[in-house]
Amino acid sequence: MTKKASSSRKSRTASEAAEPDEPFVWTRKDLLGLDDLSAGEIVHILDTAAGFEEVSTRSIKKVPALRGKVVGLMFFEPSTRTRMSFELAAGRMSADTILFQSAGSSVSKGETTLDTIRNVEAMGVDIFVVRHDQSGAPHMLARNVRAGIVNAGDGRHEHPTQALLDMYTIRQRLGRIEGLKVAVVGDIAHSRVARSNILGLRKLGAEVVVVGPPTLVPSAIAPMGCEIANSLDDVLGEVDVVNMLRIQFERFGTSMFPSLREYHKLFGMDSRRLRRCKKDVLVMHPGPINRGVELTSDVADGPNSCILQQVANGLAIRMAVLYLVSQGSQ
Amino acid sequence: MRKLLTAEQVEAALDRLWEAVAGELPSETPIAVVGIRTRGHTLAERIVRRLREERPDMSVESGVLDITFYRDDLSRRRGAPLVRATEIDFDLDDVWLLLVDDVLQTGRSVRAALDALHDFGRPKVIRLAVLIDRGGRELPISADFVGRKVEVSSGELVRVRLLENDDEEGVFITEKQDR
Repeated sequence: MTKKASSSRKSRTASEAAEPDEPFVWTRKDLLGLDDLSAGEIVHILDTAAGFEEVSTRSIKKVPALRGKVVGLMFFEPSTRTRMSFELAAGRMSADTILFQSAGSSVSKGETTLDTIRNVEAMGVDIFVVRHDQSGAPHMLARNVRAGIVNAGDGRHEHPTQALLDMYTIRQRLGRIEGLKVAVVGDIAHSRVARSNILGLRKLGAEVVVVGPPTLVPSAIAPMGCEIANSLDDVLGEVDVVNMLRIQFERFGTSMFPSLREYHKLFGMDSRRLRRCKKDVLVMHPGPINRGVELTSDVADGPNSCILQQVANGLAIRMAVLYLVSQGSQ
Repeated sequence: MRKLLTAEQVEAALDRLWEAVAGELPSETPIAVVGIRTRGHTLAERIVRRLREERPDMSVESGVLDITFYRDDLSRRRGAPLVRATEIDFDLDDVWLLLVDDVLQTGRSVRAALDALHDFGRPKVIRLAVLIDRGGRELPISADFVGRKVEVSSGELVRVRLLENDDEEGVFITEKQDR
């Protein structure tokens, strides 16, 4: 991956002054993570998504931008909403989609990830959307296939489209990202959502504080440029956004903390804690919610919550990403 | 970059365009004016302003079209142009629609715009107004209203610059760059 230094600050206002003098040109064929992207490229994706949002409000919710292209949805790890979101995004751009899910597939017959992708690529796929339980799998694939690769979550590493839709939602609701303070709460250690959010938010000039029990918040995260706090109550009054990560107890049980009840008591967002936040604090959650664990229902469904807006924006972000990588060549 | 038309000449061309449009405005059918981003949009806004001044009794809707998705050269360009929102928040069915662009050359932008409009509804009539017709058509498309025809060679690029977008007003010619 070549880092593009030329496309940094100037294009922050890309939406207004894109032409004709210095048009920002997106050149990547892959979206592997926010680590690779410049601030300018991230803003370009957000601005492009703003152009796509309108498509979903039309009576005919379809544009021909990817007509004749094939998008392979490769889910080596189960996913429902990310898969549906990408599938609908590809459909709205008139692409054909094919779906691969590892459960009950040739992977259980011993085929490697690369062989699986190469076989599907031979059917004429232009872009792969890849979800994989191994960190770095999309990067390995990008080096080995011609088609574009979009990372839809790899192991504990990155989930770039989730972080992009989170940032898009923050910008939409609060009008900016630079200068805001964002708390990311929960299982930081195992969360690709947390990593991508920290990387993206830092690049766009936000402060990030990660919050959770010491077992879930490794001190090694600090060099990514974030503060660490072990008490949610300590940071509530000073943050503009609280992003509550999902506790993946189906993966880890409650081995990382004594009980779900205790977790909720210390790190759950409820109306009592919400009252101690800034008045227009934004409460986010990547879903699916464990009601009564990360959030109580009154908070999840209340005016500060933007959880369903996140889901809606995810569609615009994924349309933008598919469109951009389809135009890229590097 | 050399100047082809001065600000005064642009104004004269716009006047001519307006006169031509005004002579054909329907009296019964609702009117919509839709500009193609970016400078077609600016010109459309100017036409709408004039329409509302001179024909205050007419009902006029206005919108802006981003044709990026509909371009036929999308997959032949290097890199992705920025997509911006199309804003047509009114019903296109059965309106008299004036489509506005700054320069008409190959006709491909207009073809893309017609496709895009088709996704929003079925206007009764679509008429095309352009500030500059520079020739060089590649499709069977022509403008109904033209501000000014100019003769330029195929290697040259005609650029309209408008105060609202460019802080200056005029029409310029540059050598075509490979884009």
